[in-house]
Amino acid sequence: MAWRIVVGLKEGVVDARGERIQKELSQHMGIELESVRTLDVYTVDAKLSDAEVEAAAAGPFCDPVIQESAINRPLAQDFDMLVEVGYRPGVTDNVGRTAREAIQYQTGRPFAGGEGVYTSVQYLLKGKIDKDQAELITRDFLANALIQRWIILGSDELDPETGVAVTIPRVSADSVPCVQEMNLAVSDEALLQISRDGMLALNLEEMLTLQAYVRDPEVIARREKVGLGAQLTDVELEALAQTWSEHCKHKIFSARIEYMDENGKQEVIDSIFKTYIVGATSVIRKAKGEDDFCLSVFKDNAGVIRFNDDWSLVFKVETHNSPSALDPYGGALTGIVGVNRDGVATGMGARLIFNTDVFCFASPFYDKPLPQRLLHPRRIFEGVVEGVEHGGNKSGVPTINGSLVFDDRFAGKPLVYCGTAAIMPAKLHGKPSHEKKVQVGDHIVMAGGRIGKDGIHGATFSSEELHEGSPVTAVQIGDPITQRKMFDFLIIARDRGLYNSLTDNGAGGLSSSVGEMAEDTGGFELHLDRAPLKYPGLQPWEILISEAQERMTMAVPPAKLDEFISLAREMDVEATDLGTFTDSGYFRCLYEGKTVCYLEMEFIHEGVPQMVIPARWEPRVLTEPELPACERFDDDLKALLGRLDICSKESVVRRYDHEVQAGTVIKPMVGVANDGPSDAAVFRPLLDSFEAVVVSHGICPNFSDIDTYHMMACAIDEGLRNFVSVGGNIEHVAGLDNFCWCDPVKSEKTPDGEYKAAQLVRANKALYDYCVAFGVPLISGKDSMKNDYQIGNTKISIPPTVLFSVIGKMEDARLAISMDVKKPGDLIYLLGTTFDELGGSEYYALKGELGANVPKVDAQSAMARYRALNLAQSQRLVRSCHDLSDGGLAVSLAEKAFSGGFGVDVDLAKVATEGDLGANRILFSESASRLLVTVGAENSAAFEALFAGQSLSLIGEVVESKDVVVRGLNGKVLIQCSNDQLKQAWQAPLREL
Amino acid sequence: MKEIRAIVISGNGTNCEREVAHACRVAGADVADIVHISELLSGAVSLSDYHFLNLAGGFLDGDDLGSAKAGANRLLHARIQGGQGSVAQQIESFVAAGKLVMGVCNGFQLLVKMGYLPALGGSLQQSATLTHNDGGRFVDRWTYLKVDPASPCVFTRGLEGIYLPVRHGEGKFVTSCDEVLEAIESRHLSCLKYSGPDYAEPTQEYPLNPNGSTNAIAGLCDETGRVFGLMPHPEAYVHRTHHPRWTREDLPEEGMGLLLYQNAIRFLREELV
Repeated sequence: MAWRIVVGLKEGVVDARGERIQKELSQHMGIELESVRTLDVYTVDAKLSDAEVEAAAAGPFCDPVIQESAINRPLAQDFDMLVEVGYRPGVTDNVGRTAREAIQYQTGRPFAGGEGVYTSVQYLLKGKIDKDQAELITRDFLANALIQRWIILGSDELDPETGVAVTIPRVSADSVPCVQEMNLAVSDEALLQISRDGMLALNLEEMLTLQAYVRDPEVIARREKVGLGAQLTDVELEALAQTWSEHCKHKIFSARIEYMDENGKQEVIDSIFKTYIVGATSVIRKAKGEDDFCLSVFKDNAGVIRFNDDWSLVFKVETHNSPSALDPYGGALTGIVGVNRDGVATGMGARLIFNTDVFCFASPFYDKPLPQRLLHPRRIFEGVVEGVEHGGNKSGVPTINGSLVFDDRFAGKPLVYCGTAAIMPAKLHGKPSHEKKVQVGDHIVMAGGRIGKDGIHGATFSSEELHEGSPVTAVQIGDPITQRKMFDFLIIARDRGLYNSLTDNGAGGLSSSVGEMAEDTGGFELHLDRAPLKYPGLQPWEILISEAQERMTMAVPPAKLDEFISLAREMDVEATDLGTFTDSGYFRCLYEGKTVCYLEMEFIHEGVPQMVIPARWEPRVLTEPELPACERFDDDLKALLGRLDICSKESVVRRYDHEVQAGTVIKPMVGVANDGPSDAAVFRPLLDSFEAVVVSHGICPNFSDIDTYHMMACAIDEGLRNFVSVGGNIEHVAGLDNFCWCDPVKSEKTPDGEYKAAQLVRANKALYDYCVAFGVPLISGKDSMKNDYQIGNTKISIPPTVLFSVIGKMEDARLAISMDVKKPGDLIYLLGTTFDELGGSEYYALKGELGANVPKVDAQSAMARYRALNLAQSQRLVRSCHDLSDGGLAVSLAEKAFSGGFGVDVDLAKVATEGDLGANRILFSESASRLLVTVGAENSAAFEALFAGQSLSLIGEVVESKDVVVRGLNGKVLIQCSNDQLKQAWQAPLREL
Repeated sequence: MKEIRAIVISGNGTNCEREVAHACRVAGADVADIVHISELLSGAVSLSDYHFLNLAGGFLDGDDLGSAKAGANRLLHARIQGGQGSVAQQIESFVAAGKLVMGVCNGFQLLVKMGYLPALGGSLQQSATLTHNDGGRFVDRWTYLKVDPASPCVFTRGLEGIYLPVRHGEGKFVTSCDEVLEAIESRHLSCLKYSGPDYAEPTQEYPLNPNGSTNAIAGLCDETGRVFGLMPHPEAYVHRTHHPRWTREDLPEEGMGLLLYQNAIRFLREELV
């Protein structure tokens, strides 16, 4: 029997959730309602007595001080439209899970299979509203049709006795598990059809490779011995498709690229990953010799570097773009909890210390018609921010660094970068903890959540553009608490030495995690029918590739198995023995004792044919705009401060817990009113030590429209200059590259593939050149290569974007520097020369121009500057430091001033420039590697001495008045604005979001 | 001299146990154990071996049924293996023995929803709650807290005002009726209130009062003064580098949050152990 328990606020209690919705409907959709109120509904489907249900309603489900509840009758009254939104069958319902546990604690009885609690929310809309409008609000604002269902009732349609009818979104288990054989002895066209129909994302060459594999008589003979025929099973085909997907195999980064430069010079690149990324790191590590701080690069779930003798640091950044496009909340939430698993599952296991996040969206104020299936950018913004908020805050991991980048092309695919850092003892049980190895005979144990249909085909889905048939099951919702319980358990199991290896279940599910771990031993046997399922009816292939969240796979030695399982039970974590690692050479899965998958390890891991991609670089013909003469720049400065890329992101930052764990020394917002924009974060991971981690990033897709080579160089430099700005040690810093590209493979769908591939090559060339020049090793990274939207004739490709994240060390957090000016009378120095480099700048964008002169990085002079700055910081000569990036000198000056609460008086004639630039170019050029530093007058000689022979300009001083004053080359005032005006311009745009 | 033993309960979504234990140690506790809830439920560890119980911040069970609701339900109903009773009963004996309890953020929400605060006249019937911020969102920002010098709270003794961060979505304090609020005020149980930087007057003004709490109440004790809960995080300001403006202000090495823990340890040393 099922009950509906409805819980609502008592009369007179503020409904903050309802009021927020009312406000947002007004702001974003222009719909004015008298009121919006909300009710929570628990549909309990279990064998319980009426008294037990009443006890649940009165106890855990209802707060007696502010709430009231009703069972099987409505609470709703005084409304015009009622909308009830619940989840579709099979979608993760975290509240439902907790509600069920609460009832179990109360009754002392576990629920039986098939019983459950399902939650939904009722919105009571009052005001002038008809059903069509209610439908519109629901579809576009309150719910997401991919994961939710709803019912809308007018006030006269609600039964006053019984209320909304009971619906139980239980997954119906009508399918009987069976294994199908796939006939690949068909035409090329039919092969491609199989790939398309099955969401396999395999191309013709790959399908032909599979076809040839099962034609081999030796392969057939071996298959027959285990009871399989000459056709691949659906389990095998799906396992191959996952393993060979772009998402898992990085086929583009491994491809053979035939590149032609602008002069017609040809070059063949055998894997840009090996050539440029691995290549750069190995050169740098050799050059560093004894000082090499890399411990584990590219081979594990995350990179590992040395922190000190006793501790090692783990860092990883992932993207979760495609799921976030369909369900921003769930996509971003799984993005953050997913990358968290990577951090934890590195080496023998690590403890999370912080998260970072960078989002690229179209403007939330986008007001043009949107192509089919795209969500409004504001909705994506809101959903993603909330997803990361819940993922990070609930996991107890501070979000300490991030960015928001805007370009309307990100309407086609938002970019959601989620980063995470973790820390682990340098050694465990006498062995380096960043290493792990599965032993033959170890048990395959899965721990954490159960397997469902959620996340099926996530890996292949994100290996395609967003199209009409993009699957619903690729979307899923994370569960931070189940994951947190698993992490708590893992660290204890690690310290007790209960496993030999672990990895997370992410893309490709068990197929990937077990398959990759088994490379240590050369085979495995996995019993799919032993896996715990969320509900019955899953096909064996679905069990193998489901990407259901919150799961880890461990290799547990037979002697430790009982202890491992019982510790898990004690800590309320489900752990299941699924089979063993072998040295058979086979990727073998069984279902109810029968072999359903039997593939050579070598074939599944090495069999994918190398792609060949043509690339041809033809620089675009671009010109520099004529800028009209201008007397004053007050308005330009205010307009720049209010641009989305520059303006304050405080409304987002404050929604993230950036201080949990009590290690955040330089917080995201600093200054006299705690509202200035930090360059980077400084974090103490060990509570009894002042040694610190510094984290920052660079990202500048604006420059990609001119040349991705310089985009990449500028992103690297931006990451590093932010890092040194707060006091990071430039000799102890590692990088991490996350490429988000549009499809660069020339085809009918992508006629400009050669140009996009050339952009990719050029970015990688810069990555190599500048990492080597700066001596910054790359320790991990990821690429997401299909960030396009294509439905009908509409195609949107994102601008090529690389997030360059940096992580490094600072010996003493007490020497950290913030960006805000500190004291009147302090001198203002500009480090670095200003060039005529406004191509792709915010200033040109403000004027509707792109320009041609993209900023170029001189790594040698930058490196000398960063080293000198480190020295000045360690000698306590620096009072504040802020980098120059979007908006150039003028923006950086303004931010320093209003964050510090004092004025500045600056003379442009003192700025070191290359050539005669004119005031506007000096003010707004985005030349790289420049920083603004304030220094106490008493320290000026010592400070200047450190920069002898370098480009250093003393451009003015900090003043008591609260004005930013900039004087031009002839002494005339070009800018005079109060801090309040400037801060207001900077804070206004996103204050309400 | 006997050891002062502090315990911090962890698990099912607590997040701040490490820094709370650290704050206890820095303040002078001889032992500060982080104990997983499963160790209490299995009977392996008993609260009676400790003097200072800390309920740390976090999201018990994701706050899925409202902040700390499912967590409170577990402590009330889950039975301790092999022995008798629940963790809730252990807490009640702990308080009756004259020991100290501090709940921060989610731990405060837990104390209130289990009825341990304000516990007027010793009644454990829930009479107040902490609910969604008026802004409808989670917020991380620093707040000024005026201390009521007349409060029986042992943790805030001798303090005038402290500056601490809040990090919550459900921090608005509400009572079941005006009589409860009046009793809280007249007995000086509302020991911490959101105020301006001068710690002079309580305020309802956002963002000084970040959640719209009734009478600006940020922290509360019971009539013994030994059970104390607060939404702001004292364990987040133990050293001057925790302060958001430490790079520009002259500050003492020890943070203001530490003072609450020091008061607790001093009380235990002088009056209990």
